[in-house]
Amino acid sequence: MPEPAQIQPLAAPPAALPAERRAPVYALVGNPNCGKSTLFNALTGLKQKIGNYPGVTVEKKTGTMFSQHGRPITVIDLPGTYSLAARSPDEAVVRDVLLGRRADTAQPDRVICIVDATNLERNLYLVHQVLDLGRPAILVLNMMDLAVAAGLNLRVARLEHELGIPVIPCEAANGKGILELRLAMSRTDLPLSRHRWDIPVPIAPAVSELQASLIENDGKQPLIARAEALLLLTDQDVVRVAGSACLSNVTSGILTDWKKRWAGQAVDWSATLVTSRYEAIMRLCAEVVLRNARTGPSVSDRIDQVIVHPLWGWLVLGGIMTVLFLSIFTLAEYPMNAIDGGVAALAGWVKGNLPPGDLRDLITDGAIAGVGGIVVFLPQILILFFFLGLLESTGYMARAAFITDRVMSRVGLNGKSFIPLLGSYACAIPGIMATRTIEDTKDRLVTILVAPLMSCSARLPVYLLMIAALLPGDRVPVGAKVGLMVFMYALGTSGAFGFAWLFKKTLLKGGPPLMILELPPYRLPRWKDVLYHMFERAGLFLRNAGTIILGLSILLWFLTTYPKSSGDLTPQTQLAHSYAGMAGRVLEPAIRPLGFDWRIGIGLVSSFAAREVFVSSMGVIFGVEDSRGKDTTPLRTALRQAHWPGGAALFTPLVCLTLMIYYVFAMQCMSTIAVVKRETNSWRWPLFQLAYMTGTAWVVCLVVYQTGRALGF
Amino acid sequence: MDSTIKLSELAIGSNAVVRELPVQGQTSLRLREMGVLPGVAITLVRAAPLGDPLEIRVRGYNLTLRKREAEHVIVEIAKDET
Repeated sequence: MPEPAQIQPLAAPPAALPAERRAPVYALVGNPNCGKSTLFNALTGLKQKIGNYPGVTVEKKTGTMFSQHGRPITVIDLPGTYSLAARSPDEAVVRDVLLGRRADTAQPDRVICIVDATNLERNLYLVHQVLDLGRPAILVLNMMDLAVAAGLNLRVARLEHELGIPVIPCEAANGKGILELRLAMSRTDLPLSRHRWDIPVPIAPAVSELQASLIENDGKQPLIARAEALLLLTDQDVVRVAGSACLSNVTSGILTDWKKRWAGQAVDWSATLVTSRYEAIMRLCAEVVLRNARTGPSVSDRIDQVIVHPLWGWLVLGGIMTVLFLSIFTLAEYPMNAIDGGVAALAGWVKGNLPPGDLRDLITDGAIAGVGGIVVFLPQILILFFFLGLLESTGYMARAAFITDRVMSRVGLNGKSFIPLLGSYACAIPGIMATRTIEDTKDRLVTILVAPLMSCSARLPVYLLMIAALLPGDRVPVGAKVGLMVFMYALGTSGAFGFAWLFKKTLLKGGPPLMILELPPYRLPRWKDVLYHMFERAGLFLRNAGTIILGLSILLWFLTTYPKSSGDLTPQTQLAHSYAGMAGRVLEPAIRPLGFDWRIGIGLVSSFAAREVFVSSMGVIFGVEDSRGKDTTPLRTALRQAHWPGGAALFTPLVCLTLMIYYVFAMQCMSTIAVVKRETNSWRWPLFQLAYMTGTAWVVCLVVYQTGRALGF
Repeated sequence: MDSTIKLSELAIGSNAVVRELPVQGQTSLRLREMGVLPGVAITLVRAAPLGDPLEIRVRGYNLTLRKREAEHVIVEIAKDET
C-alpha cells in the first residue's frame, strides 16, 4: 500500500527558527491609492518601525500585531506598486522582497493582497502575479462602501471559490473587516491559491526552460522559479537595485536567446503575457462583479470639473497654497513663541543650577540653543506635513501634479515635483521629505538638489534685516520693500528651475519621466492617517536630523567660544577672538571681492546652525544687546555705522543687496543637509549640494558686487 | 473604413476602443499593465489646463498620460459616435 502523500510545510530559510516558533511574517502589497497604509495603521497601530532597505532609498516599514490567540505577527508594508515588473526602486524592492532576492529581508511567509473594490480589474493584475508565487495569501477587498455607492455588487463567495484563498471585504477607513482579517491571519492553515492560468502557447516552452534553469542554477524553489520566469518574460528592462541578487549567467543566456528568437518571429512576448493575464482577470470579473447601471458623472467627476478647470483650477491651486503659507506664517507663531519661551526657560534653569563654567555654557549656548533653534521650527514642519498629508489623502495631490506637469516637464521634471518644491518655500525639510512620491530616482534627486533654492522662511529675517538696512526710514514706500522681497523669491525660484534643467541635461540625464498615473477618486480625508503621517514624518526628522544637528551645534559653540580671550570678556571681543572669528578672518580674502569683511564672514559661518542665526550673530559681533527682539533699530543703526578699517562704510546698499543674494543661493542649513543625507542615503549628495549652491552664491555675488562697484554704487 | 487615429488626436469626451500599442518600450508595457490593451474601451475625459497631459477613463478608473505617450496608442472611435 503506497505511503500517503506528505504535505510539506513551506520550507523556512535554513538559519531561521522553525515556522511555529518564529512570528509569522506577512507582506502587505497592493496598488497605490487602495488604502494600504490605512489598513497597515489599523492592523499595527502605533507599533511601527521605519527604516531603510540597505543600499536603496526606499523606506522599510514593519509593524507588529497580535493574532487572535495573542501571538505576535510581523507585517511588512511594502511600497505600493502596479506590477512586479518594476519601473522604480520602490517597485523593485517589492518584487525583490516577494521573490526572496534580498539578503536583508527574509521572504515573507504569507501575503496580504489589498485591492480597491471599485476598480477590481486593474487591481487584480498585481494579485494575479503575486498568486504565482504560491505563498499562502489573503485577499482584502477594500473600500467596499465606495463600491456599493458606485453601484457595484461583488460576489465575494464566488471570488473566494475561484481564487481558492480567503477574501475579506473591508472598509479600512471605518475599521470594518479588520477583525475578520485578523481572524484570517491567525489561521494556521491558510490555503495556497488554486490559481489556474494557462500560459499562452508561444511562451510556454520558454517559461519551462527558464524555470528549470532558475531551479538548477539560481537555487530557486519551483513555484518561485516559475513566477520569476514569468516576470523575466514580462519585464523588458529590469530595474535592479542594490541588495538584490543577480541572475546566473546560464539563465540570462537562455532569456536572451528566447528574446532573439521571438524578435525574429515578431512575437510580442511581453504583451502576450500581459494580455493573457488580463483575459483571465476579465473572465473572473465577469463572474464576480455585477454592475448596476450608473447614470451621469460621479461626484469625483463633478469636483474635477472645477479642480481641473482651465480657470477655476488655477484659482483653487492658488487658494490652497495661500492657505498653506498663511497658516505657516501665522498659525505657527503661537507654538513657536511658546517653544522659544520653553527653551529659554530650560536654559535659564540650567544656568541657575549648574556652576558657571564651560560645561554649563556648552549645555546652554551649545546644545540647548542649537537644538532649540531647530525644535522651534517644529510647528512649521508639522503644519506642512499635515497639509501635504491632507492633500494626498483627499486625492488632490494627483490633480496638482496633473495641472502643473506641462510647466515642470519644460525643465525635465514631472508634475509630482511641484508640491515638494512649493512646500520648500516654507521650509525645505518637509519639501525634501515629500519627494518620496516621485518614483523616478533621477527626478527625485534633482528635486531634492534644487529644493533649498526656493527661498525658505528662515531667510526672511535676513531679508528683512538687509532690506531695513538697505532702505532705512519709514518714508521709503512699502512697494519698494515688497518689490525687493519678491525679487529675491523670484531669483531663488529661477535658480531652482534653472539648475533643475541643467542637472537633467548633464549630471542626472535620464529619459523624460513617465507620467502614467492614476487619478484616484476624491475621498474624505482619513484624519487618523493624516495625523499619524504627520507625527511619523516629524519624528523621523527629529530623530535623524537631531543627532547631526546636536553635534554641529556643539561644534559651532566650540568654534565661537574657544580660544578664550584673556582680556576683555564682552561677547563681542570673545567672538572676534574665537576660532569662528579666525575662520572669518581666514575667509575674508575670499569674501572681500563680494564686499564682505571678516565679521560678516563669522555671520555666514554661524548661519549653518540656521539661517536666521545670522541676525543674532550680527548682533553679537556689533555689540548690540537684544538683537532678536522685535525692534531691530539698534541693530540696523549699528550695521549702518559699521566701517572697514580704512573708514569706508561696510553695509552700503550694494553690500546689503549682495548679502541678500548670497542668502538666496547659498546652502547653509545643517538641518537640510541632515535630511538630504537621510533621504539619499549617502553623504555624497548633500556635500555636492553644499558645493554647488555655495559656489553659485559666491560667483553670483561676485558679479553683482563688482558690477555694482564698476557702475559707481 | 479606417477610422483609427492616435489617442492624442481624439476629441475630448469621445469614446474609443484601443487597437494598437507599440511593441517595445517602457511606456507601452506600463500602459498595458495598467489595463490599456487592444480591445478595451476608453474615454478621453479631458486635457490638463495647459494642454498636456491627457486624462482617460479605462476599466473603471482615470489614468493620465502625456500627449507624447498617447501618440503611439492607436484607437478606433466608437461606432455610436458621430
